[in-house]
Amino acid sequence: MRRSNLIQAFLPLAVLWSLPAGAQTIYPINRAEILAGAHFDLKVEFPGVVATDRLRVTVNGRPAADVFGRAPDYIEREDGQAASSVMLRDAALTAPGVYTVAASDGEHSASVTWEVYAAPTARRARNVILFVGDGMAVANVTAARILSRGIEQGRYRGTLAMDTLPQMAMVGTSGSDSIITDSANAAHAYNTGHKSAVNALGVYASRARDSLAHPRVETLGSIVQRDLGMAVGIVTNTEIQDATPAAVFAHTRRRADYLPITDQMLESGASVILGGGSASFLPQGTPGSRRRDGRNMIDAFRQQGYAFADAGESLASVAADPNTTKLLGLFNLGNMDTALDRFYLRQGTVSRFPNQPDLTEQTRAALQVLSRNPAGFFLMVESGLIDKANHPLDFERSVYDTILLDNSLKVALDWAGNRNDTMIIVVPDHTQGIGIYGVVDDSRPGEMRDRVGTYAEAGFPNYPAADARGYPPSVDVSRRLTAGYAAFPDYYETFRPHLEGQNVPAVQQGSGGPYVANPIYRDQPGAMLRLGNLPRDASTGVHTVDDGVLRATGPGSERFHGFIDNTLVFRAMAEALGLGR
Amino acid sequence: MAARRHTTTRRPVLAAAAAFLLPPNPVAAAERLAFDDLYSGWSVMGASFSPRLLALVGQEAALRGYMAPPLKAEADFFVLAREPMALCPFCSSDADWPVDIVVVYLRRQAQPTDPGTRIEVVGRVETGSWTDPDSGFVSQIRLRDARFRPL
Repeated sequence: MRRSNLIQAFLPLAVLWSLPAGAQTIYPINRAEILAGAHFDLKVEFPGVVATDRLRVTVNGRPAADVFGRAPDYIEREDGQAASSVMLRDAALTAPGVYTVAASDGEHSASVTWEVYAAPTARRARNVILFVGDGMAVANVTAARILSRGIEQGRYRGTLAMDTLPQMAMVGTSGSDSIITDSANAAHAYNTGHKSAVNALGVYASRARDSLAHPRVETLGSIVQRDLGMAVGIVTNTEIQDATPAAVFAHTRRRADYLPITDQMLESGASVILGGGSASFLPQGTPGSRRRDGRNMIDAFRQQGYAFADAGESLASVAADPNTTKLLGLFNLGNMDTALDRFYLRQGTVSRFPNQPDLTEQTRAALQVLSRNPAGFFLMVESGLIDKANHPLDFERSVYDTILLDNSLKVALDWAGNRNDTMIIVVPDHTQGIGIYGVVDDSRPGEMRDRVGTYAEAGFPNYPAADARGYPPSVDVSRRLTAGYAAFPDYYETFRPHLEGQNVPAVQQGSGGPYVANPIYRDQPGAMLRLGNLPRDASTGVHTVDDGVLRATGPGSERFHGFIDNTLVFRAMAEALGLGR
Repeated sequence: MAARRHTTTRRPVLAAAAAFLLPPNPVAAAERLAFDDLYSGWSVMGASFSPRLLALVGQEAALRGYMAPPLKAEADFFVLAREPMALCPFCSSDADWPVDIVVVYLRRQAQPTDPGTRIEVVGRVETGSWTDPDSGFVSQIRLRDARFRPL
């Protein structure tokens, strides 16, 4: 886990270093779409050591130094290796058009083409709110509608808030390195408009050895603060350093860089920061801290004028104070707990942190504080535990947190009302392969798998009607949805919700050994061993390449229809804000 | 509180009985702690060590849990966790260890156990922030001069 993660993070770099000498690599990569005026680092990596007099980098035939107004830095031996690079930090191109960048070492040459674009119209949206359902598949949304609204004779008794949004598009989520993305690279595309690699946030995955030294691209949060004086808000129920929230501001090749990410958060200027993960803020000597230094980052935020909240009540009162324009709220040492655990099962860390706010309350507080900025705001709200439940095949927890996302969206839709100045998007960052294929009925005879009704035998589940929060008060019912995950390790299928705590489908056998079905479920009545279809080093289910479904409303949202690349989410937000003109 | 007192008075009796039946092991002499006994307070601003844990500092205690996959091959140092460690690289990160882990320094090097096997560790209780000089791993609670057995 710790080790394999490190290996996963650095393996691609090791592979790149060992490549045979070939053409140079240019960042941003070929077919990059770049917002006019947005900052980016131009980097060219040569396969060997190149003397400065042989090295040539041009943009549309002109020397790069002339185009950008200053010469790139020359690194003769990058990271001590026999390979030269040039790097120009914080470059920008202000004129829209097609740019061909060519690099030569005197023998080999390579080129890439970029499109630089600007918003076609003046600013149309004062605010942009991006809701991300992490790992949210269509099956999560369908089940959320069944459980939250009910269904009778084939007709739903109501629709989700997200079902009411007028615009819809299928989103391709693949990265520059692989058709399968992770939450870092996926959120990177939404926040920068560039495609990068698994584990990367705000950077292209170059050969640099230092995870913080890779070529950066600017995030929407940075651009709108610099160009428009807008406020930026980041809201999640995961650790605030996790990939999706970090993508709003962070620049690192390695998403697990929680401590540098925390430090970058302080520098980001974001006005509202709400989530879990106080462990990375507390000085090393404090039990519960993950820091490796004595810095108290909560104090550092306070010194920069942030009000601080550590529970639901203090969040509401601090946000209501009209003087609060910068707000840090941390509600758990680690990830916050799922809606199913907080409201009904009391599992996870709920007994330790009984006063965690709901994502709806976080959203409301963020809107309250951000709307004090007369120049408008960009807010990202993540329901991040959908994916953290889907990974261990815990369907019920993922569905409750999909309802949580929808409830939070409803808060924003109500806030936006008839303003017609706020673009609202709700989208997964990537998907998981899930299908709802039947209803388990405990009254049927036989083994558990024989109690799965399909087609006509499925009928309808008997979840109780949703309570005022929008959730069925019990998930442990006698006729319940059966969902299957496309990719899984060996595990015991119990055909029941995991009331005792989040599912742990597989455990490792021996140090570095294969993952095998977790024996703690073996003796549950009707448990059935399923042999996995993933490599044996996989401990949980995995992301899929299936398209995600985006919904949107508000000025600029008409850009979303048909199929789009995930980078178009950034572009449409930038265009709605009139950026690059 | 009555229940707590009842449990603590019974435990040595049970342990003594087990020691009589099982091959001799040093576990019988040590006071048994549970993961729930380590901290008495939790907040966003940090956790607090329980009075029971603090009373055992410098003394031997037994703790049951699961060995996390070792950070280095020769296992004289490992992380003891409440639950089997089966986190995924993309839903969690290496910075994402549970807060209440305990670091174990073994008296002698030993082969690591399966991460799915529950073990009992006996060692001398130590508290306070400590950075392992080899791995850089930071811990708050340690068991020193420890030995363990699978359950």
